[in-house]
Amino acid sequence: MAMLEVKDLKVNYGLIQAIKGISFELNEGEIVALIGANGAGKTTILNTVSGVIPSSAGSIVFEGKDITKISGHKIVSMGMAHIPEGRRVFANLSVYENLKMGAYTRKDKAEIEATLKQVYEYFPRLEERKNQPAGTLSGGEQQMLAMGRALMSKPKLILMDEPSMGLSPLLVKEVFSIIKYCHEIGISILLVEQNAKMALGIADRAYVLETGNITLSGKADAMLENDEVKKAYLGV
Amino acid sequence: MDFLSYLINGISLGSVYAIIALGYTMVYGIAKMLNFAHGDVIMVGCYIVFMMMGKAGVPPIVAILGAVVICTVLGMGIEKLAYKPLRRATSLAVLITAIGVSYFLQNSALLIFGADSKSFTSVVNLPNLQLAGGKLTISSTTLVTVIVCIVIMLALSFFIKKTKAGQAMLAVSEDKDAAMLMGINANATISLTFAIGSCLAAIAGALFCSAYPVLTPYTGSMPGIKAFTAAVFGGIGSIPGAFIGGILLGVIEIFAKAYVSSQLSDAIVFAVLIIVLLVRPTGILGKKIHEKV
Repeated sequence: MAMLEVKDLKVNYGLIQAIKGISFELNEGEIVALIGANGAGKTTILNTVSGVIPSSAGSIVFEGKDITKISGHKIVSMGMAHIPEGRRVFANLSVYENLKMGAYTRKDKAEIEATLKQVYEYFPRLEERKNQPAGTLSGGEQQMLAMGRALMSKPKLILMDEPSMGLSPLLVKEVFSIIKYCHEIGISILLVEQNAKMALGIADRAYVLETGNITLSGKADAMLENDEVKKAYLGV
Repeated sequence: MDFLSYLINGISLGSVYAIIALGYTMVYGIAKMLNFAHGDVIMVGCYIVFMMMGKAGVPPIVAILGAVVICTVLGMGIEKLAYKPLRRATSLAVLITAIGVSYFLQNSALLIFGADSKSFTSVVNLPNLQLAGGKLTISSTTLVTVIVCIVIMLALSFFIKKTKAGQAMLAVSEDKDAAMLMGINANATISLTFAIGSCLAAIAGALFCSAYPVLTPYTGSMPGIKAFTAAVFGGIGSIPGAFIGGILLGVIEIFAKAYVSSQLSDAIVFAVLIIVLLVRPTGILGKKIHEKV
C-alpha cells in the first residue's frame, strides 16, 4: 500500500476549478516530483494534501488513514510536514524560536533537543545565527531554516514547495543536496518544482501537471528522455 | 505636590487604558482585526460587578471574578458567532460587524438596565495612603489599579514567553497558515486571545468604574476608544507598546485636564496621537518589518 494515495482530487477556488480530478501516489522512501508550469496547480495540490485548503471532491489517504476532512493542524503530528512556497519563516522570531516552533506538536523534551542538535549539525549556519531574527537571514539561509523547522517535527513525509525559488544556482545545488540528505535518513518527499531538470534528477518518479490535470507520469529518468517533457520543461 | 498627585492619577488612569489596550492589541496582532466591541465588553463587566455587589451583596472580589467569567464567555461567544464566519472576508466587513456588535451590546444593556446612570461603588475599600506627612494622598483605588496593571503585564509576558499557548499566539500573529503547518490550531488560538482580552476588559471595567463611578450603557465606549488610541500610540500589535501607550495617554490626559482645560483634554490627547503618528506611523514600539525578499 502506498504511503500517500490521492484519488480523483478536485479543488475549487470560488467558481474556478483549480484541480480537476487528479490521482497520484507516493510509496514510502520515494521522492516523487510534481512538475508543471506556473498556474498548473502544483501548490494547490500540496496545500490540499496538508489541509491548508479544503478539497471539493476526492480522497487523500496517508498511511492508511483518510485525512481528506482532517484540519491542517492535526496532520503534522501524524508525520507529515509541509515546507510552503516562499518558505514562510516567522520573520520576527529568532532562528532558534523558529526551530522550536517546528517541534510544537512534540512533547518529548529530550528528544526535541536531540533533533535540534541534528538540525544544527546539518545546518551549522543556523546554529551560528540561532539568536538572529529569521527575517534577517538570506534567502538560502531561510530555506535551510524552513527545512530545519520541518525536520523538527520528525516527519515521515515532507511536502516541499519550490525549494529552489529565488535562489542562486549555487544555492539551488545546496538545497538539492539537503533534499537528498532528508531522503537518505528515511524521509519520503513530495517535491513541487519549476526547475524540472533538477527535480527529475533527484526524484524516483514524477507527474506532469497541466492546468489542473495530470498529463504524464512515470519514472523520473525515463521522463528526462521523454521528448515532450524535454521540449516543454527542460528547454532542450 | 500637585504635580506628583496628578502624575500618580495619570499613571493610574493610564493603567486602566493599558489593560484595555492589551485586549485591542492582542486581538489585532493575532486576528488582524479591530474589535470595536471591546469597549462594550468593559461596560458589560461593570454592570455585572454592579449587580452582584449592589443587588446580590457579594464581596467585590467575587463580583469581579463573576464579571471575568461572564465577559470571557461573552468575548469567546462574540468571536465565534460574529467574527469567525468572516475569517476570510475583507477587513472592512469584519470592522462593520464589530461596530454592529458594539451597538448590539449597548442597546441590550439599555433594554436590560435602562438609560439612567447607576452610581458604582468602588471595588477597593482600603484606607487611602498618606505620604509626606499628609500632604500627598493617594487613593487606594489608584494604587490598586497600578499594581493590578503591573501584575497583568508581568503575567502576560510570562504566559507568552514560557507557555505553549503563548508561543502559538506568537506564531499565529506572524503567519496564520505557517502556524497551522507547525500543528498549531489557529482557531483555538484566536478564541483564546479573545478570552484573555475580554477577561482583562472585565478587570479594567471594575477598576475604571471604581475611579469614575458613573455607569451607563455607554460607559465603555470612551475608555474603549482611548485605549484603542493608546494601542495605536504604542504600536498596535505590541504588548509593551500597549502598556507604554496606555500610561502615556493617561498621564497626558490628566495633565491636560489639570494644567490646560478639562474640556479640551480629550482634544489634546487625540492631537498628541496625530502628531506621534505623523512622526512614527507605526507607533512608539511599532514593529519594524525587516524581511529580506
